[in-house]
Amino acid sequence: MPVPAHLPPEPDVRPDATRRDAVDAPAGVAGPAVALFATCIADTMRPSIPIATVTLLERLGCRVSFPERQTCCGQIMTNTGYWDEALPAVRNHVETFAGYDYIVAPSGSCVGSVRDQHAMLARHAGDQSLATAAAAVASRTYELTEFIVDVLGIVDVGAHFPHRVTYHPSCHSARVARVGDRPLQLLRRVRGLDLVPLPEADQCCGFGGTFSLKNPAVSVAMASDKARHVRATDAEFVVSVDHACLMNIGGVLHRQRAGVRTIHLAEVLAATGPETP
Amino acid sequence: MTARRTPEPGSWLGIPPFPKAAPGALDKAEQRRNLRHATTSIREKRAERADEVADWEQLRTAAAQIKDRTLRHLEGYLLEAEGAMTAAGVTVHWARDGAEANRIVTDIAHAKGIDELVKIKSMVTQEIELNEHLEANGIAAWETDLAELIVQLGNDLPSHILVPAIHRNRAEVRDIFEVQMGRYGAPAPAAMTDDPAELSAAARSHLREKFLRARMAVSGANFLVAETGTLVVVESEGNGRMCLTLPETVVSIVGIEKLVPTVEDLEIFLKLLPRSSTGERMNPYTSFWNGPTSGDGPQDLHVILLDNGRTNALADPVGRPALRCVRCSACLNICPVYERVGGHAYGSPYPGPIGAILGPQLRGMDDPKDAALPFASTLCGACNDVCPVRIPITDILVHLRREAVDHKKAGRPSAERVAMKAAEWAMAEGPNLERAQGATQAAGRVLRDRWIGPLPLPVASRWLGARDTAPPAARTFRRWWRDHHDEDDR
Ligand code: SF4
Repeated sequence: MPVPAHLPPEPDVRPDATRRDAVDAPAGVAGPAVALFATCIADTMRPSIPIATVTLLERLGCRVSFPERQTCCGQIMTNTGYWDEALPAVRNHVETFAGYDYIVAPSGSCVGSVRDQHAMLARHAGDQSLATAAAAVASRTYELTEFIVDVLGIVDVGAHFPHRVTYHPSCHSARVARVGDRPLQLLRRVRGLDLVPLPEADQCCGFGGTFSLKNPAVSVAMASDKARHVRATDAEFVVSVDHACLMNIGGVLHRQRAGVRTIHLAEVLAATGPETP
Repeated sequence: MTARRTPEPGSWLGIPPFPKAAPGALDKAEQRRNLRHATTSIREKRAERADEVADWEQLRTAAAQIKDRTLRHLEGYLLEAEGAMTAAGVTVHWARDGAEANRIVTDIAHAKGIDELVKIKSMVTQEIELNEHLEANGIAAWETDLAELIVQLGNDLPSHILVPAIHRNRAEVRDIFEVQMGRYGAPAPAAMTDDPAELSAAARSHLREKFLRARMAVSGANFLVAETGTLVVVESEGNGRMCLTLPETVVSIVGIEKLVPTVEDLEIFLKLLPRSSTGERMNPYTSFWNGPTSGDGPQDLHVILLDNGRTNALADPVGRPALRCVRCSACLNICPVYERVGGHAYGSPYPGPIGAILGPQLRGMDDPKDAALPFASTLCGACNDVCPVRIPITDILVHLRREAVDHKKAGRPSAERVAMKAAEWAMAEGPNLERAQGATQAAGRVLRDRWIGPLPLPVASRWLGARDTAPPAARTFRRWWRDHHDEDDR
């Protein structure tokens, strides 16, 4: 497949954007080495997401590795109030990824947790050296679309996905990781893709981690509204950069027999043929 | 026992903790429509008014910094304010808690032989339940803000910081006015419709005789300027102006976090507050007062500086930014949880995101109702982005969740704690997670493509009650990776 043309550099808004020069290599030359943070939920529940991430990054010229010690960002424990219980996961994450220049994850929420919570948890535990190491790892951690758009400087990834889709900007990708419109920039260049705007897209889907279990009625009320908006678009697929939200939205859509499927953006971007994943 | 003089309000005590109160609130279809309509329109107005200010983000930063500086040196600013107010002829009182503040107000009224007073809309008097304390001491306190009047006459509880009757629609307001006004003063006109102009005309004539009769008013304050001792109240209806000019005596109850150092600092807050709260460029009435003026307006001014738990929040560096709050209610209007359940389910006059962080800090978390509040949020973060004083609401929520859990850990081990301990082990290193995935993969192999539907299991049903779930993968990603890659890629 053709190597996509590089765009002019964007303003440096991501952490450690100076590292971008590593990929200003001529076409055909191997791109940067990337450590994949698969995220525990995708690893366990929907491995097609990290598989698609690998496929996509390799297609874009990256050398991808998967450090097998990795587990989880610890957010589920942190946000439920169990900070002591989250700490081993944080320590493991920091030690696992300490040696890598680019750490890429197909999740705005997990990247948000790495950036916003890891150093804080270490400081709370009184471990200053872990806090410093965590901040360093966080500064080299990218949500997938940030990495593609900002570091690789690519918006046309050569994907082909001939379907009607709508995009749900997950709260943590939008307001914690702050990926902005990068997912949409990438989606708009996918061949054959019919992108339909989602009404009230910025509203939370109601997942909220253990919120969905502690306050199930409110969570479902929010998820039903989100599902209603998705159905109003008449899309075949609802796309997001966070699988957790897709599980929630998809759970309601499936119960309603709505005939709308959920798909992670990585899976859309990895697709190159008309066959559905 | 003598008969009550004012309508008996609803009871916060009767409301169960949020997870139990919320489902009932969700079932109130009419209230949900009202809330959805009101919050949607007000947040659109807010966004428009914020967008037209070129340096909005810098103003938010400046406001946060001014408040932080004030809070860092609060003792000095409080003493400065006390000195300036005393010099201007204001009697300054200090109250450690609601009970002390209530007693001070009662004593002032009793000393003057006053048995009824008018009130400016004030969150702090809701917080300390002043009206009920006064009622118990034979003093009738009349709310004069239209929405507060609706709540008071409706034997109700406020459900929003700015629009306490947001859960009511016009038809309900009409019915309340028709039945109740005559019992407590001038009745509603016969054949009144639910036209807003007719409703506000009825409120106006009902309140007018109370204003003209009142010898004492009670207010809160939006700001207290330390340098000059100036009190500031912003409002939309002019009822506050009436309360501040007609009676002989005005008592203002001011939380100690309401200070700003100088008059210049107000420039920033008076730009941020109306745009954030009502979506207006400027609020219709802004009152400043600075001690009595001989022969003009109230001659006896009192200020009660109230702690009531604020110093607990101040002592906590993570929780402290909650004291920056200017009670604009933008966080309520944008909150998807608040929009659906409304204010009462939060069990206190401070609902929504700010209520979920302020209540547990002011009151502590001994009461299960307070301990549940930090969990009444999806952490979607919409509140953080609209807060005019940049309170990191979700960070404080997560911090308070930890405190709630630590509090709970002292007690019996719970199923949740067992689950979190299991997660701690599984996530401590890759091989552990892989062992745990043995079970999920087995389930995935059995289920293949079959989704999981409703199951009558205790915790699972909370998810599966209304949502299906796809089966876990029969082969995890890490297994796939190992099958496809050599040692050196790992
Ligand atoms: S927390 Fe912020 S947004 Fe919410 S009421 Fe207070 S100042 Fe307004």
